[in-house]
Amino acid sequence: MTPHDYDFLRTLLKQRSGLALSDEKQYLVESRLTPLARKTGLGTLDALIQKLRGPDAERLTVEVVEAMTTNESFFFRDKTPFENFREVMLPALKAARARDKRIRIWCAAASAGQEPYSLAMTLKEMAREVEGYRIDILATDISTEILEKAKSGIYSQFEVQRGLPIQYLVKYFTKIGEMWQITPDIRAMVQYRPLNLLRDFSNLGSFDIVYCRNVLIYFDQPTKADVLSRIGNIVTHDGYLSLGAAETVIGLTDLFKSVPDRRGLYAPNKSVANVVKFPSRSVA
Amino acid sequence: MKTCLVVDDSSVIRKVARRILEGLQFQIAEAEDGEQALNACQKLLPDAILLDWNMPKMDGYEFLKALRRLPGGDRPKVVFCTTENDVAHIARALHAGANEYIMKPFDKDIVEAKLQEVGLI
Repeated sequence: MTPHDYDFLRTLLKQRSGLALSDEKQYLVESRLTPLARKTGLGTLDALIQKLRGPDAERLTVEVVEAMTTNESFFFRDKTPFENFREVMLPALKAARARDKRIRIWCAAASAGQEPYSLAMTLKEMAREVEGYRIDILATDISTEILEKAKSGIYSQFEVQRGLPIQYLVKYFTKIGEMWQITPDIRAMVQYRPLNLLRDFSNLGSFDIVYCRNVLIYFDQPTKADVLSRIGNIVTHDGYLSLGAAETVIGLTDLFKSVPDRRGLYAPNKSVANVVKFPSRSVA
Repeated sequence: MKTCLVVDDSSVIRKVARRILEGLQFQIAEAEDGEQALNACQKLLPDAILLDWNMPKMDGYEFLKALRRLPGGDRPKVVFCTTENDVAHIARALHAGANEYIMKPFDKDIVEAKLQEVGLI
């Protein structure tokens, strides 16, 4: 791949997905797109780039974006965000929503569904504590292909072994041949929708909890700031934002402040004006 | 340094497990079957036991039941590590007192995650 080709791909990916690739990430492009070149019958990366430059490349462009933005995930990844959910977010919101008994959660980069299903299993385990509450989980991702996998709830043995406590495997999965499928009641707790974080998402309504983990790291600073600011506009005044271990709001937005002693957890900064003052509910 | 007893009748599996666990800063002892493992545990209880299911002399299930009856035998964290991977087998292992379950084949990430899960890392 020539430097010119790499620049072309970088620009395309930046425009379509916000993915910001530095100079030294050429290997990543080659390792992700060479299999796609073979799969699509184009054979080589050079042929794939040539096709992308030509007319009628929309479908291939989508496939390239999906190949570059699909990232590995696993159940209960990093643990802390789920402890924060159980110990901080849910108790506080349960008390705050004692009247309307509704809590909305958005997993903004849900990938193959491990994160929303981890939350759904946690809720199932807390069934008695959240009895009478309607808790919606909306899970979105830029990749429609990965969302299909998420909806199916089917995972390999390798995938269910990472992070998932064995008791949960026995309780919430059934074995289908060599694969494992999450039970229908857990699947039914999560709604999936394709969504590109670069585009307007204000029509999703407001959320009490937003999980936006391990996606901002791929964006450049202005894009990070823009996405965080738009998330700030749809998080309820007493809601929460959970970011990945390597992510922060510092230097990007003053709409959120850290929750003390809770790594990766942020709450709306009430001294800043444009947070959602009252929970307004979604059209969904 | 934490200790782990690797119980498996396959020397290849024991070798792979040893390499992974040593990389995770565990001190390793090995046993080829449940009987050897029980003898080892009667002398010194390890912090963790990576346990195969099907073994000659005494299988993993019988070993686990005997281990849990030993004085202090409830202390070691037992991780079943086997090709038997249907729900009934896993449920039976948990019922017998296993703390976690690894389905073969496994790698370092999975062993590490499971040892984290049982609080040893």
